[in-house]
Amino acid sequence: MKLRAPGFPRAGLFTALGVAFSYALILAVRGAYGYDPLLKGEAVLELSLIAAPLFFLVGLGAFDYWFRWASGAPTIPEEHSSHGAHSWRDYFKVNTDHKVIGIQYVVTSFFFLMVGGVLAMLMRAELAQPGRQFVDANTFNGLFSVHASILIFLFIIPVFAGLANYVLPLMIGAPDMAFPRLNALSFWMLPLAGLMMILSFFAPGGSFASGWTAYAPLSTTAPEGQVFFTIGVQFAGASSIATALNFLVTIITMRAPGMSFFRMPLLVWANFSTSLLVVIATPFVAASQFFVLFDRALGFNFFQSTNGGDVLMYQHVFWFYSHPAVYIMMLPGFGIISEVLAVKSRKPIFGYRMMAFSLLAIVALGFTVWAHHMFVSGMQDWIRIPMMITTAIIAVPTGIKIFSWLATLWRGVLHLDTPMLFALGFLSMFTLGGISGVMLAMIPVTIHVSDTYFIVAHIHYVLFGGSLLTIFAGVYYWFPKMTGRMYDEKLGKLHFWTTFIFFNATFAPMHLIGVQGMPRRVADYAEQFGNWNLFISIASFFVGLSTLIFVYNMVSSWRGGPRAVANPWRALTLEWQVSSPPPIFNFDAVPTVVGGPYEYGVPGAVHGIFGPARPADVPTPAGAPAPAESPKE
Amino acid sequence: MRERKRDERTPVLQMVFHGAIASAIGIAVGLAIDWFPEGASTQAGPIDTLWDVLIVVSVPIFVTVSIIVLFSVRNFGMRPGEENLDGPPIHGNTRLEIVWTAIPAIILVALCTYAYVVLVDIEEAQANEMRINVVGQQFTWTFEYPQAGGKPVRSQQLYLPQDRPVRFYVKSLDVIHDFWVPAFRMKVDAVPGIETRYRVTPDRRGTYPVVCAELCGLGHAFMRVNAHVVSPQAFKSWLTKQKQPAQGASAEGEAPDGKALFAEGNGDATACGACHTLADAGTNASIGPDLDEALPGQDAAAIKASIVKPNAELSDGFQAGVMPPNYGDTLSPEELDALVEYLGEVAGK
Repeated sequence: MKLRAPGFPRAGLFTALGVAFSYALILAVRGAYGYDPLLKGEAVLELSLIAAPLFFLVGLGAFDYWFRWASGAPTIPEEHSSHGAHSWRDYFKVNTDHKVIGIQYVVTSFFFLMVGGVLAMLMRAELAQPGRQFVDANTFNGLFSVHASILIFLFIIPVFAGLANYVLPLMIGAPDMAFPRLNALSFWMLPLAGLMMILSFFAPGGSFASGWTAYAPLSTTAPEGQVFFTIGVQFAGASSIATALNFLVTIITMRAPGMSFFRMPLLVWANFSTSLLVVIATPFVAASQFFVLFDRALGFNFFQSTNGGDVLMYQHVFWFYSHPAVYIMMLPGFGIISEVLAVKSRKPIFGYRMMAFSLLAIVALGFTVWAHHMFVSGMQDWIRIPMMITTAIIAVPTGIKIFSWLATLWRGVLHLDTPMLFALGFLSMFTLGGISGVMLAMIPVTIHVSDTYFIVAHIHYVLFGGSLLTIFAGVYYWFPKMTGRMYDEKLGKLHFWTTFIFFNATFAPMHLIGVQGMPRRVADYAEQFGNWNLFISIASFFVGLSTLIFVYNMVSSWRGGPRAVANPWRALTLEWQVSSPPPIFNFDAVPTVVGGPYEYGVPGAVHGIFGPARPADVPTPAGAPAPAESPKE
Repeated sequence: MRERKRDERTPVLQMVFHGAIASAIGIAVGLAIDWFPEGASTQAGPIDTLWDVLIVVSVPIFVTVSIIVLFSVRNFGMRPGEENLDGPPIHGNTRLEIVWTAIPAIILVALCTYAYVVLVDIEEAQANEMRINVVGQQFTWTFEYPQAGGKPVRSQQLYLPQDRPVRFYVKSLDVIHDFWVPAFRMKVDAVPGIETRYRVTPDRRGTYPVVCAELCGLGHAFMRVNAHVVSPQAFKSWLTKQKQPAQGASAEGEAPDGKALFAEGNGDATACGACHTLADAGTNASIGPDLDEALPGQDAAAIKASIVKPNAELSDGFQAGVMPPNYGDTLSPEELDALVEYLGEVAGK
């Protein structure tokens, strides 16, 4: 065990130091104030949840370079020993290669998808029949709270960041992200946040159980498990902000020569827009959770109405992040769909500029609709009207995107393989989610259906039928590039059809039982909803099983799938013009961009060339070398 | 890179035809589905109509998208021999893009306008409104009927006279709840520190569930009472009866049955068995401590204290504030004694 070198042994030691530090600080402060008892377990726990992860990151080596630089010790600016992956062990180290980090992100996120999915299965088991079967009310409230928190903060948001981490620098012709060390730090905060949320189940009084929305004062008076959410969100949020900054700087400063903004692939545009949202909005959710923490730990009265606190303020601050968060969870998916549809339809994206502008319109409008989550919250009545109008109007740029994608399909040569099937599935399912969204904008409808299963149905049509289907499309689409192997097409199609059918069987009936009056977040319900709930539960178990097909396909194809060529989809964007997987610094020669990214059907069109004279439309046709084992240097 | 030579007759007419049929079927099904619970207020009608209009508008939009996807798959799917073909390089069409920006915008503004009209309609002040204060707490509702020059009448069940406009003034004593009667279609959060309001005019007699729609803790799923819409005469006599001192109710009947109270409650107080397991009474809930384990060995005084002041002494693993602290009010003294007596018998077994 090398306790002085960066790595897990040192990280473990530092974690213990972090807990010891928390004990010492609490004892010192409580002693100084003369508090009784001198040692308070809750206080130590809350401080440890903040300190231990930070100490862990230091021990792991995420800060080593900066510490050396700040203390004046010699650093090696061009040192690349932490770049690239030579064996699977390198994925468990602080690595600064955007391709390694991308895979770390994606694999970690999918691990959390499985965790969140299992929690959903447990919930559906309980809900299969009215009355109590498997779990008590406290555990059930914990299940849906942790399910939502993990899937939002540890799956959808980071998996998009992971995919973009891998392909975005390649797409713009950059050798890496702008801040590789910050990139590594952002990744390593994630598993800590996720672990914290899972560990909350072992907290005294059970896990956090006030929903992923954690409305005060329920959250400020809940048992200790709540702080695992309050603090976990801080780490997930900090990770998200750091990555977004990294994307913004990378996109603005590191584009290859000739890559003007209007020659950027739409995935890059989408992540540019998303990063703007993250940087502006995420500090608000951090603030909302800090308020809760201060109320709990330090006796502040932000949300104690008897002491002048304001309960509705929590919801305003929370939703000022959490509504834009819906777009944070959707815009990168829009980017993926644009890539997949153009390549798989063999046609240019219809109305490229409007596609880019509509993203920016969604960013701007996305900040003006948050209070539609609060139509029945008791806020001032007049706010509802402008929020209704903006909420409806945001469907216009979204509609532009849907119609432009449909026009992209029109008269193309459609390659109906797995990524394309997921993209088409997304088009229809996301339209349904959008339609129920417009219905929910209408205040009189929302007054009846808010906090019912109609909301559950809507959010799952948007996040599962929307985001998750785009994630599957993206993972299949870039799988050859990321692993150097081809996935199994038959299993991929089986995965699509099982997911598509049972997703609908699970969530479509929820619209109906919601309008009929079944509230959400209940472990027990009226007998009249029994049959539908049994049907939904059975269908949901098949959704769970369908995911296993995906996992099997990914694992077996990565281990032993056929070698992938550099450009199996005959795509024009730059990531496909290098080997699969790409060389350690992405491009052996700096590419020059000479045209748009989607010029399919234009004779002789290329997007980028390598070197001044050599056209790049003859990429290496041969199988690329094996992924991790054979670095170029 | 070559363009394909295929019969490019675009099947637009065919699509319009299929789309129209699919939309007609979709709308018919959408309108035939019995979406809402039976309406029992004048607010239900306009909301249900708005819903139907939204169905009529939404179905063709979804059908349009789906039809284009399906026809594209059928007509433009790659066939053997076309592996290296590309589609025509169409980059856009400004006129088309203006159309699909403008038309949705117009539809949305129209829908918003209509929704606004409905909103004004259902929230409009009525003459002769009756005020009812609604107080939410974990995990029960209390309804207060203010009486001119007297103490307000309190009830754990909601009684409303038919066809009389009502305005609810909603408050919370602890966390956020939400006062929802699905049959009335209206709801609002009960928020600590502020008073929220809404109006309904019940127009159909019957008994309807009152549901807490905002997650409020362990007993959230069980925070249910009933709303009884009765004739104005029946309401008046109910109110008069409530105004009489509580012993009046039990004086006229036989002594209350402790076991029945435990299992079913008294119509006012939530039944003990909704949260507690007790084999003797045949209940098996787990919100509160399992009384088969906790009860043996307790004397009558301790049992009474646990019912009236539940937070004074807590069982291991249970938090304060889970059990409503108002059983001393919602049970009459006779009922309380009967319950204590019954539990004392079980404890001694």
